[in-house]
Amino acid sequence: MNVIAFYIAAAIAIVTTLLVITRKNAVQALLYLALSLISVAVVFFDLGAPFVAALEVIIYAGSIIVLFIFVVMMLNLGKRATLAEGRLLQPRMWIGPTIFAAILIGEVAYLLARGNATAAAAHLVSPKEVGMALYGPYLIGVELSSFLLMSALVGAYHLGWHKQPKPETEDVGREYSTRIDAGRDTVRAGSSRPAGAP
Amino acid sequence: MFELLFLVPVIPFASFLWLATLGPRSSRRMVAVVGVGSIAACTVISLLITGSYLASPPAGGSYTQVLWTWIAVGRFTPQVAFYLDALSLIMMLVVSFVSFIIHLYSAEFMLEDEGYSRFFAYMNLFVASMITLVLANNLLLLYLGWEGVGLCSYLLIGFWYQDSANGAAAQKAFIVTRVGDTAFAIGLFLLFTHLGTLDIQELMHRAAQQWAVGSALAIAAAALLLGGAVGKSAQLPLQTWLPDAMAGPTPTSALIHAATMVTAGVYLIARTHVLFSLAPPAQFAVAIVGAATLLLAGCSALVQSDIKRVLAYSTISQIGYMFLALGVGAWSAAIFHLMTHAFFKALLFLVAGIVIQALHHEHDVFKMGGLRKDLPYAFWGFVIGGSALGGLPLITAGFYSKDLILWQAWSSAQGSEALWAAGIIGVLLTSLYIYRLIFLVFYGDKKMEVAHRPGWQIKVPVVVLSVLAIIGGFVNLPPGLGNVRAFTNLLSSALPAIAETRASAMSEGLSAGISAAAFAIGLLAAYVLFVRRRTVSQKLASTALGRALHRFWFADWGMDWLYDRAFVRPVIWFTNIDRKDFIDSFYSGLAHLSEFSWRALRTTENGRVRWYAAWITAGAVIFVALVLWT
Amino acid sequence: MLAGILFALGVAGLLVRRNLVFILMSIEIMLNAAGLAFVTAGARWAQADGQVMFIFILAMAASEVSVGLALVLQLYHQNRSLDADEASEMRG
Repeated sequence: MNVIAFYIAAAIAIVTTLLVITRKNAVQALLYLALSLISVAVVFFDLGAPFVAALEVIIYAGSIIVLFIFVVMMLNLGKRATLAEGRLLQPRMWIGPTIFAAILIGEVAYLLARGNATAAAAHLVSPKEVGMALYGPYLIGVELSSFLLMSALVGAYHLGWHKQPKPETEDVGREYSTRIDAGRDTVRAGSSRPAGAP
Repeated sequence: MFELLFLVPVIPFASFLWLATLGPRSSRRMVAVVGVGSIAACTVISLLITGSYLASPPAGGSYTQVLWTWIAVGRFTPQVAFYLDALSLIMMLVVSFVSFIIHLYSAEFMLEDEGYSRFFAYMNLFVASMITLVLANNLLLLYLGWEGVGLCSYLLIGFWYQDSANGAAAQKAFIVTRVGDTAFAIGLFLLFTHLGTLDIQELMHRAAQQWAVGSALAIAAAALLLGGAVGKSAQLPLQTWLPDAMAGPTPTSALIHAATMVTAGVYLIARTHVLFSLAPPAQFAVAIVGAATLLLAGCSALVQSDIKRVLAYSTISQIGYMFLALGVGAWSAAIFHLMTHAFFKALLFLVAGIVIQALHHEHDVFKMGGLRKDLPYAFWGFVIGGSALGGLPLITAGFYSKDLILWQAWSSAQGSEALWAAGIIGVLLTSLYIYRLIFLVFYGDKKMEVAHRPGWQIKVPVVVLSVLAIIGGFVNLPPGLGNVRAFTNLLSSALPAIAETRASAMSEGLSAGISAAAFAIGLLAAYVLFVRRRTVSQKLASTALGRALHRFWFADWGMDWLYDRAFVRPVIWFTNIDRKDFIDSFYSGLAHLSEFSWRALRTTENGRVRWYAAWITAGAVIFVALVLWT
Repeated sequence: MLAGILFALGVAGLLVRRNLVFILMSIEIMLNAAGLAFVTAGARWAQADGQVMFIFILAMAASEVSVGLALVLQLYHQNRSLDADEASEMRG
């Protein structure tokens, strides 16, 4: 395996992750996250797992991050939210989590140093092998993950659907509809903009 | 006929239950019928049993009726059983008859009181407890009756509970007798531990077998029982409660604090006389207590101004006579005096009640006077009762019983001249104070008008008791006057006769003559001081010595002051220190600790997700660290 | 090692940020880091199991993201803000 490529990709991953958690703007953070995921995919490729590298890029970076971006944009928070975020992100709030993180990293390092970690053989695990494993011994996992995905789908649909709010502007609408052709230009239920406003 | 024995305590108890539950909703007439009727039934049955006993006495002189075994734990098996012998027969008869008379009296006396049914309920419970006490065949059942009468005494002293002074008097009575009761209980423990039973006859038998005369255990047990008797019978040093117990209604004072409950101590000692015979020092202590008390109470009675308090001190003094008799071994003489005392003291209290009620509940003797013509029944009742109390020779019951005691105080093996002399001085004091009372109330100028005349329910008991106060002594006459020994002969099956060994310089007749002389001196002195020359007595009282003595004797020889300083104040001081209850703070501290930890844990449930997440990571970190390093 | 560092960064981010979206992002970082660890382990022994685990993790992450974002939307509609501390009604 290509050591240099590994270290470069690792460095990029760490840096971009750091940037993700310190950004004020949500969209910027998400873009950095995508970069981080792609660099992790590179690491995967370097480890000899091309299938998951591809999967990482397509599914993780491709659909999940995009879904995040859609939702963030749908929320339409605007500049005010970004400023508020900045107010909340004080340096002194970093102390505790940094300590935790440092302890965790220390523990992992300790574990690795203690264990006998030999260098891995540069053996490529082809997609074919993965497929054989999936539909062989791990078949049940596949079925279960299909359950999971189904339930997630239903749940997301149900949770995402929210009742249209009551029309506060009913009077205006009625007034409007008497003046204009009632059949065609009715005020759309749920919208807070009166019909015709830009 | 003996099978009806259990009915004698059971009927009053049943009527107590009825009166307590349904009494408040019944009419006065119904309550009176039930209340008085139950005791009447008791008396009838007692009379029947007495007749049966006298006609054909049971084998061995005693009859036991076992109802059931009360407790069965190892060797400890006291029963609920009634023991009838000559002693308990006499006691039962006296108690039930006098109770009946007094209940009849109180049917009219308490008529205007709104606690009518409550009164009769308590009185009936009292009679039931007293009969249980008298008939008990083991000391535990006796103790049950003992406590029962103490409870009823408390309830009845504090009958008019709206006035807190009455409640205080009731508490005082209960607490002081409690001291005695505790001694009694410890005595019971001692007796059971060493002799293995509480059945009285069995106990006496084993004590005589196992304990030598004068052994420490016998002295200890007898002394403890004496402690109990002293408390209940209001003798030195526990006599302070009886004068204050006069706060209760007059029939209560008549029944409980004159005729029956206070004699329970005398009964106890008579019952366990074997034990006292085995412990001469204890028996001597009984005599000393009796003699000291009769003198002390006699002096105090001399200066009292409340009509009922005079009679209360008189009761204490007369029971002192009974204790004196017990102390010299004159067991049946003591019971004889108990019987006659029940008659004339109850009579005195009842007629005192007439006077009090007639004068709008006035108790102060110095506000009364000249009632001779207005209240004839009261006057004659007082005269007859007072003469019996003082011991008017030959025609009153008190003369015979008191003389028997005095004579046996001199002549018995455990007697002494000093005790006899104390008794004679007591006779002088007795006649002095009782005639003082009569002259102050009934002679002289009339100070208050009579408002209320007694009805038949009051007159009849007075008449009956007067008759008994006269003829009641004729069951036992001294040798010089007919030598009738019916009473002592009856009791000889239960109480041993006394050996009159020291009859050297005195004979019974001479002793009777000297006591009659003392009585006459007292009567004359009272007449002179309080009828003829009232000014002389007032001048005497106003001298420095007179005033000091007056104050001293009025306050019962300072015993209340003494007890207050010695006991009451230290207890109050200590409880003031413990006001924050630091002893209990351990337990309240536990409660505070749990409350504190609740508060602490409550703050963790703040609904903030990030907070939870932080703690989860902390937990994970610590867990990993634990895994790594252990 | 890398996985450990990434995971730790994810934890830090989770604890610091109050914006719900950022919290979800940090969760994704953590999941990814875990998956990286799995794949590394699988590659170490040249077996397919690590990759298979990663695929499952991926599926799980996807479903969790969709449901989580739906919940974020609901919360936003209710509280009108994305602050995690605003949603502390279950206190006490």
